[in-house]
Amino acid sequence: MSGITGKKAVGVETIGMTMRFGAFTALDDVSVKVPAGSFHALLGENGAGKSTLVKCMMGFYHPTSGDMLVDGREVAIASPKDASALGLGMVYQHFTLVPSLTGAENLVISREKVPGIVDWRKERGALAVFMGRMPFKLPLDVKVAELAAGEKQKLEIIKQLYLGRSFLVLDEPTSVLTPGEAQEVLGLVRDMTKAGDLTVLMISHKFHEVTAFADDVSVLRKGRLTGTGRVADLDHKAMAAMMIGDQPIAALDSRAAPKADAETVLKVRSLKAPDRTGLKSISIEDLGVRSGEIVGIAGISGNGQKEFLEVLAGQRPRDAGDVLVRGAAYAATRAEARAFNVRLIPEEPLKNACAPKMTVAENISFRTFDMDGNGKPVNWISTSAIRAFSARLVEQFKVKTASLSSPIASLSGGNVQRAVLARELTGEVDLLIVSNPCFGLDFSAVAEIRARIMKARNAGAAVLLMSEDLDELLELSDRIFVMSNGALVYETPIAGASVQTIGEHMAGHH
Amino acid sequence: MDATEIGLWGVPLAILGGAIRVSTPFIFVSLGEAITERSGRINLGLEGTLIFGAMTAYAVAVMTNSPWLGLLAAAAAGLCFGLFHGWICKFPKVNDIAIGIALMLFGSGLAFFFGKPFIKPKAPNLPAIPFGDWSDIPQVQAALDVNVLFLIGAVLSVVLWWAFRNTRAGLILRVVGDSSDAARAMGLNPNTVRLIATGVGGALAGIGGAYLSLYYPGSWTERISSGQGLMAVALVIFARWNPLGCFAAALLFGGAGALGPALQSVGVTQGYYLFYAAPYILTLIIMIATSSPTRSLAGAPGELSITK
Repeated sequence: MSGITGKKAVGVETIGMTMRFGAFTALDDVSVKVPAGSFHALLGENGAGKSTLVKCMMGFYHPTSGDMLVDGREVAIASPKDASALGLGMVYQHFTLVPSLTGAENLVISREKVPGIVDWRKERGALAVFMGRMPFKLPLDVKVAELAAGEKQKLEIIKQLYLGRSFLVLDEPTSVLTPGEAQEVLGLVRDMTKAGDLTVLMISHKFHEVTAFADDVSVLRKGRLTGTGRVADLDHKAMAAMMIGDQPIAALDSRAAPKADAETVLKVRSLKAPDRTGLKSISIEDLGVRSGEIVGIAGISGNGQKEFLEVLAGQRPRDAGDVLVRGAAYAATRAEARAFNVRLIPEEPLKNACAPKMTVAENISFRTFDMDGNGKPVNWISTSAIRAFSARLVEQFKVKTASLSSPIASLSGGNVQRAVLARELTGEVDLLIVSNPCFGLDFSAVAEIRARIMKARNAGAAVLLMSEDLDELLELSDRIFVMSNGALVYETPIAGASVQTIGEHMAGHH
Repeated sequence: MDATEIGLWGVPLAILGGAIRVSTPFIFVSLGEAITERSGRINLGLEGTLIFGAMTAYAVAVMTNSPWLGLLAAAAAGLCFGLFHGWICKFPKVNDIAIGIALMLFGSGLAFFFGKPFIKPKAPNLPAIPFGDWSDIPQVQAALDVNVLFLIGAVLSVVLWWAFRNTRAGLILRVVGDSSDAARAMGLNPNTVRLIATGVGGALAGIGGAYLSLYYPGSWTERISSGQGLMAVALVIFARWNPLGCFAAALLFGGAGALGPALQSVGVTQGYYLFYAAPYILTLIIMIATSSPTRSLAGAPGELSITK
């Protein structure tokens, strides 16, 4: 048996891959060559056709035209089953492990042939032998739901190897990992490619990962291959140019110097609240956000950030502690939010900040529809005023929508986020609470949204920004806290922030 | 000996006997519902299936003079109801809860329609094993007169508990119930698995119905079930989708149901009818105690529409 999986890595090549959905061309004549034992990166924005390409390769889609070569031989892949028979496997961005099953159960049940009655003693023995050959160590008797994100990612990769795959597509494998975990997982995968056991095609949008781990890179834009080459020959700027072309990117305002006597707008003291399992609780000892600064909260998802945001948004009861805005107790009622100019942009805005089936105009007017121009409550809602107001905001925030009366759910993610931003950032903003504002958005939308947040800060708003994207926090924040296990465990001003230290605190190593 | 001689000891004894007698339909319906819910679907129609199973079993037993053929017919009828539910729910945007309610009404209505001629005739009963023969006390004998279906239900709950972990079918059921995406990635068709699971669940509920009409209370009336099928659904949640838990919870519910008659039998003449409501009150308390606005239900299958 050679190497870890007992199989040699295979090389894969696509020739002239084209995929049309009706009149829309998702993939246009894309040829990518991934030699055996190489680590190939596939770069591109959302909607550039990366997923379409790999889905064609894995047999989920049937390409309109184009061929696939595996180890230089032409193959027909009609279904994912054909792909796995050839040793091609994929690790999805969203985990496909079954949460309530243990690691061992997940591995065994995913096998092609499972005996009617599983002899666990025999299976455990075989798994122990198999794991002995693996570079990762993992507890297999724990329910997957209880594993950390990094462990789940490793288990996904191990599952593919257990199934005898020797060509792996990794779809944004590090999006849920800490920097340390990402380094470890990619490093181990890279070692396996170097040993000739595995070929990897990694979908990514993080340049530093591509530079650090990949041998070659191919870049897609709007369904076309816009560049390919050795990673060693390309710098980030060249890759960015291939990826986004010549579209304009909103520039970030320079940071206005914070005032020394800036008022503390948000103050959280000894806050305790149950988390969603009801078994643990979050506890925030002391957090203050001053006017004209962005305070970032870093952390791996599931460490209580969501619950903290829900408490601030009034969606979750708290057991103890105070939330003060400008020194007054704040319970997130509509009246209080209006009086203190508190605005909120939760994550997944379509789900958490919109009524998906109501129109764009109605969604944009949620804060103001029941008031007249002077802030007095009105009894009769004026549809024309709502339309005029939202037409202005749609124009100003460049929301792309077919019409003001389309349901907001019909907009793309970036445009939903722009619409919510338009609603929340219009008028006086003293306190802005934001969570993962750029998740899943493309380059230009991300740049624009970050620019808007920075603008709000420079205009004197106190901003609390929770994000799982460390790069985003480093770019925007004045101070960064790390949240781990429901508590703020580390604080650093931006000047002294190091990815290394923050990552260690995120992983709970302190 | 006579009833008053064992005095208040009669109450726990009657509760024990009642628990065994009354719990059997709960056991079958809840095990069936546990299988269905573990596959990621809720079948609220089991109340209707239970009543229709009771009617079918009674009618077939009257006509063939064999309770076992009645039992088989009830299981087959339940299977059809379950498959029908599973088949409708495979279509996109169909709500399994709404279909379940429709089938509950349909099943009981159909049972009343076909059952009218069978209210009078007497059907042969399912056999019971007298485990209490060693004793001279009639109460002990009565309490330990255990129907074979109770024993089958007890064995079945252990077998299911084992099978959920140790068989391919059990693991596949859990995969489908927890994540449709993972199941599809494995090449499984969630709809097929759920169809089978709902069918099996329906068959078990039909057997529960046969017990009602062929053993206890042992006759066919339109008020035979009085909501036991619905209570069994609540019981599955209480039992955290664990077959052993279902068995224990069914005994608890059965015991609660026997409280009223037991008190009456020892001569409590006032207020005992309040205790007839014990199972319903227990259902209410359990539903309140196990739900919370701030946390999700532990152990719930991820694909279940009530937990999503």
